[in-house]
Amino acid sequence: MLTEEQGVIDIRKRIAFNKLRDHIFWIIGLFSTLIGFILLFTLMIDLFIDGSPRLNWQFLTSYPSRFPEKAGILSAWVGTTLVIVVTAATAIPLGIAAGIYLEEYSKKNWLTHLIEINMNNLAGVPSIIYGLLALGLFVYFLKFGESILTGGLTLGLLILPMVVIATRESIRAIPNSIREASYALGATKWQTVKDHILPYSIGGILTGVIIGLSRAIGETAPIITVGALTFIAFLPASPLSSSFPFISFRWLLDPFTVMPIQMFNWVSRPQAGFHLNAAAAGIVLLFMTLLMNGFAIYLRYRFRKRIKW
Amino acid sequence: MKRKTSTKVKEGAIETLLLLSALSSVFITLSIVFILFYEALGFFKDVSLWEFLTGKQWTPLFAQPKFGILPLVTGTLLVTGIAVLVALPIGIIVAVYLSEYAPFKIKEVAKPVLELLAAVPTVVYGYFALLFLTPILQRFIPNLSGFNALSPGIIMGIMIIPYVSSVSEDAMKAVPMHIREGSYAMGATKFQTAFKVVIPSAFSGIAAAFIIGISRAIGETMVVAIAAGMMPNLTLNPIESIQTLTAYIVGVSLGDVPHGTLEYKTIFAAGITLFLMTLSLNILGFWFRRRIREVY
Amino acid sequence: MATTFQENMKAEVKNLNFYYNDFRALKNINLPIAKNKITALIGPSGCGKTTYLRCFNRMHDLYPNNRYEGEIILYPDGLNIIGSKVDPIEVRMRISMVFQKPNPFPKTVFENVAYGLRVRGETKMDFLKERVERALKQAALWDEVKDRINDLAYNLSGGQQQRLCIARALATGPEILLFDEPTSALDPTATSKIEELIMQLKKEITIIIVTHNMQQAARVSDYTAFMYLGEIIEFDKTDKVFTHPSQELTEDYITGRFG
Repeated sequence: MLTEEQGVIDIRKRIAFNKLRDHIFWIIGLFSTLIGFILLFTLMIDLFIDGSPRLNWQFLTSYPSRFPEKAGILSAWVGTTLVIVVTAATAIPLGIAAGIYLEEYSKKNWLTHLIEINMNNLAGVPSIIYGLLALGLFVYFLKFGESILTGGLTLGLLILPMVVIATRESIRAIPNSIREASYALGATKWQTVKDHILPYSIGGILTGVIIGLSRAIGETAPIITVGALTFIAFLPASPLSSSFPFISFRWLLDPFTVMPIQMFNWVSRPQAGFHLNAAAAGIVLLFMTLLMNGFAIYLRYRFRKRIKW
Repeated sequence: MKRKTSTKVKEGAIETLLLLSALSSVFITLSIVFILFYEALGFFKDVSLWEFLTGKQWTPLFAQPKFGILPLVTGTLLVTGIAVLVALPIGIIVAVYLSEYAPFKIKEVAKPVLELLAAVPTVVYGYFALLFLTPILQRFIPNLSGFNALSPGIIMGIMIIPYVSSVSEDAMKAVPMHIREGSYAMGATKFQTAFKVVIPSAFSGIAAAFIIGISRAIGETMVVAIAAGMMPNLTLNPIESIQTLTAYIVGVSLGDVPHGTLEYKTIFAAGITLFLMTLSLNILGFWFRRRIREVY
Repeated sequence: MATTFQENMKAEVKNLNFYYNDFRALKNINLPIAKNKITALIGPSGCGKTTYLRCFNRMHDLYPNNRYEGEIILYPDGLNIIGSKVDPIEVRMRISMVFQKPNPFPKTVFENVAYGLRVRGETKMDFLKERVERALKQAALWDEVKDRINDLAYNLSGGQQQRLCIARALATGPEILLFDEPTSALDPTATSKIEELIMQLKKEITIIIVTHNMQQAARVSDYTAFMYLGEIIEFDKTDKVFTHPSQELTEDYITGRFG
């Protein structure tokens, strides 16, 4: 055979080999991508099978108990709700204000650099460290005790970087021509922020806030560290009172528990009955988380349609 | 027409308020550092640093307490190692697949699913590791203890795939098209281009992804608290039960820990160890991410 | 450059230099701005005409590393609007700008035009409505939007949006109106409508217009300045600049030999 013919045959063999390897990788790649999906799917089915029989009105309105069949998540979901209110009240104003400062007011100096480095670093600090911070600072130093206020503040600080990042990205999406138009009309910086920057970025900010709050709902470790109890058979004081001014803040200092801690507590018990309760609590948790994330994604889509830059 | 001085005062006050909000990040970092060091210092008055770093037993609550942090550190590293062994190869393969191969429709579905994977509360993953995965693994590994490092390690690995894959993917996207074209023009396939050209070019970004993954795994608490066990154990054997730094802190916090006792201080000693580990990793990761920008 | 300037001056530029970092973008500019007349600025890309225009409403103050030297005196009160002690916001309340690409706010037509008034503290709805209507009529847009005044401004066409921006700039009664290549993003029909509008407006207000379209400058303006590399090469009545330019460089640019 001539060397040229042999050469072409060799090339074709090599190409066939390469293409085969390519195809195999395509399959491996697709499968790897699906692994996450498979896990999620299996997890949801497993939870559903174990937990849904327990999921009924009684479960949602009972306190925990020594008897698995009687136990419920009432104190847990009320606790979660109240804690999240405090979390939102902390993280939202602080985070948006910080984001506005960094995008509209700060100059490129060492102070800004320092702030940004800290913000980025805090996003990578394990959540349990926030728990330790809260233990020293809120529980003992500021004497807020092992209360809803402490829990809410802890989670608020935890999700603060997320709110700041969402705020900054939404603000950055606003084209400079809008700012110039506002300033050219004689508006001050704050007028421009209040009348233009904030209203036009609120969609993106809201999305980030919702994702942050959904993360806060699922957080367990820092809340355990600040001393949330795992067996609470009572509700915190009501925010409404019967006499003027009709709003009470006593509940802020009450002991509490939250949904993920209740689930953790049940999973840690040896009796199988409690495991079923854990599964039911898990369904509720997962449902809340996925609902919020889904809502955030929907919001992101809707706001992007309304304002087209 | 002169602007009122009151407007100027108002603008200044607003700017100051916003600045204070931004400074909160600095305040939080300083508070974390202060509290950890303050309590740790209190701890090291009673416990020698030498014993802490080299002791092989961690039994602070016993009558004859031992304060060697190694078992907790190895516990953490063991689970992290397993998680990374799972997440790194799969994460990179997913990143390559999504950035070089996948058709748009698959990408549209895969990305939100990966986001959701990261959004599931970690308690739920812990439940899954303990009550679903461990029993299954026990059929194949008969000696597998009910609490072990393997099961949470695998679950954590899958949990952090989204972190690894999205950072790697960003790094690979940043590699300019003309570099890929140079490879294709020589007759290379996608596979060869991806692994011999794109990945080496994106090395800094992929290293950053690797580091983010490790850092996330080291800081993970609930999956290991539920499924890995609450007994410190100096071992590298994944089928045994171990305790991580994070699970120790949770374990102690579940009980009654009066302020100022030695027991109270041990959680800060564990905490500062954890903090320093993740801090050094974050710095390393930051350095790698800066290198990406410099290369292009 | 004209040695004797007969007109009433609204503003006078004296020895204006502008620095971006160490780069000297404007070199020793001396120019009169005639009251109630249209002064055009032409020149090749990068010659500094937009930089010069943005000195008038202190736009450069929004960004770091900018420095003004010299004076721009506003008459009749003699204020140096680029003086370091002068508040940029005060300047912007007297001098308005229309930008190259129409940039209406994502708000209603009404709110767009009313914004300048709101910034000045006006809140009475009757007053706002009256001024908004007047501004939209001045901008030859009222008939087209009077039934859509609470519609989003983004629903208007490109040409309508630009006239909206002009109305917005007029609503506050500025003394000088600056136009930065106002028709470069528009189609020919919209362009001619706006050129007509600008020529109408000069009866009430002093206008400075930057344009890369020489024919537009020739059609619309009373005075023209030709800039090159940050300097004024020639300034005179528009007719003279376009028919008998005194500088060779001007002639080269006008006849298309470069630019």
